[in-house]
Amino acid sequence: MDILNALAAFLNFVFIPGLAYGAQLALGALGVTLIYGILRFSNFAHGDTMAFGTMVTIFVTWFFQSIGLTAGVLPTALLALPFGIAATALLVLATDKVVYQFYRRQKATPTILVIVSMGVMFVMNGIVRLFIGVDDQNFADGGRFLISAGDFKAATGLAEGLAIKGSQAVTVITAGLTVAVLFWFLQKTRTGKSMRAFADNEDLALLSGINPDRVVQVTWVIAAALATIAGVLYGLDKSFRPFTYFQLLLPIFAAAIVGGLGNPLGAIAGGFIIAFSEVMVTYAWKKVVTYVLPADMAPDGLLQLMGTDYKYAVSFGILILVLLFMPTGIFKGKAY
Amino acid sequence: MKKLLLATAATALMAGAATAEEVKIGVLMGFTGPLETTVPNMANGAELAIKEVSDSGKFMGGSTVAPVRGDTTCVDAAAAQSAAERLVTSDKVAGIMGGDCSGVTGAVLQNVARPNGVGMISPSATSPALSTAEDDGLFFRTAPSDARQGEIMADILSDRGVKSVAVTYTNNDYGKGMADAFAAAFAAKGGNVTLSAPHEDGKADYSAEVAALASAGGDVLVVAGYVDQGGKGMIQASVDSGAFSTFFLPDGMYGQSLVDAIGAPLNGSYGSVPGTDSPGAAKYVELAKAAGFDGGTAYSGESYDAAALILLSMEAAKSTAGKDWTTKVMDVANAPGEPIYPGELGKALELLAAGQDIDYVGATSVEMIGSGESAGNFREYEVKDGGFETIKFR
Repeated sequence: MDILNALAAFLNFVFIPGLAYGAQLALGALGVTLIYGILRFSNFAHGDTMAFGTMVTIFVTWFFQSIGLTAGVLPTALLALPFGIAATALLVLATDKVVYQFYRRQKATPTILVIVSMGVMFVMNGIVRLFIGVDDQNFADGGRFLISAGDFKAATGLAEGLAIKGSQAVTVITAGLTVAVLFWFLQKTRTGKSMRAFADNEDLALLSGINPDRVVQVTWVIAAALATIAGVLYGLDKSFRPFTYFQLLLPIFAAAIVGGLGNPLGAIAGGFIIAFSEVMVTYAWKKVVTYVLPADMAPDGLLQLMGTDYKYAVSFGILILVLLFMPTGIFKGKAY
Repeated sequence: MKKLLLATAATALMAGAATAEEVKIGVLMGFTGPLETTVPNMANGAELAIKEVSDSGKFMGGSTVAPVRGDTTCVDAAAAQSAAERLVTSDKVAGIMGGDCSGVTGAVLQNVARPNGVGMISPSATSPALSTAEDDGLFFRTAPSDARQGEIMADILSDRGVKSVAVTYTNNDYGKGMADAFAAAFAAKGGNVTLSAPHEDGKADYSAEVAALASAGGDVLVVAGYVDQGGKGMIQASVDSGAFSTFFLPDGMYGQSLVDAIGAPLNGSYGSVPGTDSPGAAKYVELAKAAGFDGGTAYSGESYDAAALILLSMEAAKSTAGKDWTTKVMDVANAPGEPIYPGELGKALELLAAGQDIDYVGATSVEMIGSGESAGNFREYEVKDGGFETIKFR
């Protein structure tokens, strides 16, 4: 019996990576869910919007680094983040003006808008690859570890290390702040309330004098900000590569749908559900169980339900179960 | 008149073929893809041998030799085949130095080399499956099979007193072949492989893969992957989470870019890479230095030897046709005969022209065994202070 070592192994390999990944997915899913709730379509270009925002942030970060401007222990990318958000907001507003506005005036069905967003996705995909290329880019700097595994072992005398990367701490704190600001904005401000009214009932919202164009613009700006923050946090924690961001679309949509499309609380819950189930189902529990059980009951096998290659299968499995048994998601989203 | 013209043209063509001509050798390597940092010095090595032979003026009665490059991408069999197809049909190469990675090399052998009767010598395809592949006698390699490297790896680990290891391999022919060969050899030495798990290249995050390996445990993590790809990600994630602190790095993981990327935590890790302490190796590094590139990187010497063997075998067979020169490779590579080191290709051509036997030693002490693959010499190295240090040769 060694509960402390078991806890350290669990925190190090399951909880902390899952928490950081969940926060990144939750931010991505929030953006998708807002677009779905207010503009009423599934925005397939969201993953590449994330990539675009991250790309701009990386360029600004490199510029800051070259002139010697850093944020000390924090990653320089946090200083560059506002510029990334501004550029991404301009891009999505321009896209809305050039592409989506036309279909909105036509009162196009959500299905058509989904296809349109796929077109936008491919264009953004190309833009990102054109500017930064297809390779891995590493732009993390600042303090690498909050606690490193070696220090933790030395300090506690446990056999198991516990590492908290700086990027993981930054991810969780930034995501928490972002979500707090977003909910305050939606609940308390006049613009936020008008957005919710527009989402609940478009006709009544128009009758009460809400300017639809303004709601659409604000929604895009918020979605751009969420996408950029999510993308930059993911890139800091892992690494930036355009193709991985395109692939992120799948778990992000799974998170948004599981939580209930159109429901911001659901998006956050969905992000963490998907992240933790991906990590927990593919984790080999042997080590943790060996610490907890008496020595003669120690397992021989790895106690791994599924190989790590099947990570995506887990999110899709959950997605299918949710769609079969609670089609509007756990938090009762909408269906258009 | 028309007949006369035709006859003249035909005579001119025949005359051209009979006397000095330009022989082309394909250099088929992954100039893009996961091996793109090691391939340039491999191609340089091959082209150094080709230039040496061509400049000697003694090849096939004064013919010149020119290299033609083709890109295998290392991972995309379709791209590699079309590159090889171009080399064979439009550039009309007489032999192919390549390919580099095992999967694409097998595909090129089956779908391009065999149907067209073109011989290939690969410097770096190390999958054990290629030992038994149908090759019509057209395929050789100056690199040993991974089954051989698997034994060496097991030797090094047990000599260092390591009893239990976890293995992660890149999910392809090379990784799987090496992991299996190593597991068998290590078990025979009484070692224990706690878990042998694949990883996919090109992902952003390897923490889940590392978590499973950490749970299985082991004193050392054997990383049979690629230096610019998942192998690096696996090591980074292991170091970050404190899962493993010592790594065994086989040939695919030997590269300065890894040491630069991981930094101090990699100190004390060790591995094996094909290499030899024969005088040929030092001579080759000097030649390479004079030519302006680093001959000490992985498979650079093997590439020089592969290209040299193709050309010397052509001279021995007095023919550039694939079915002729491939019959001479074993004779040229092995004893008896005068030993030939790098930089002595001109001398070798003279001896062959005079009908004498040679024993090509080259940069990597080439000794062909079995169906035409190098017996292999390996260098055990250790990472120290951000650089590589040779421990010993095996």
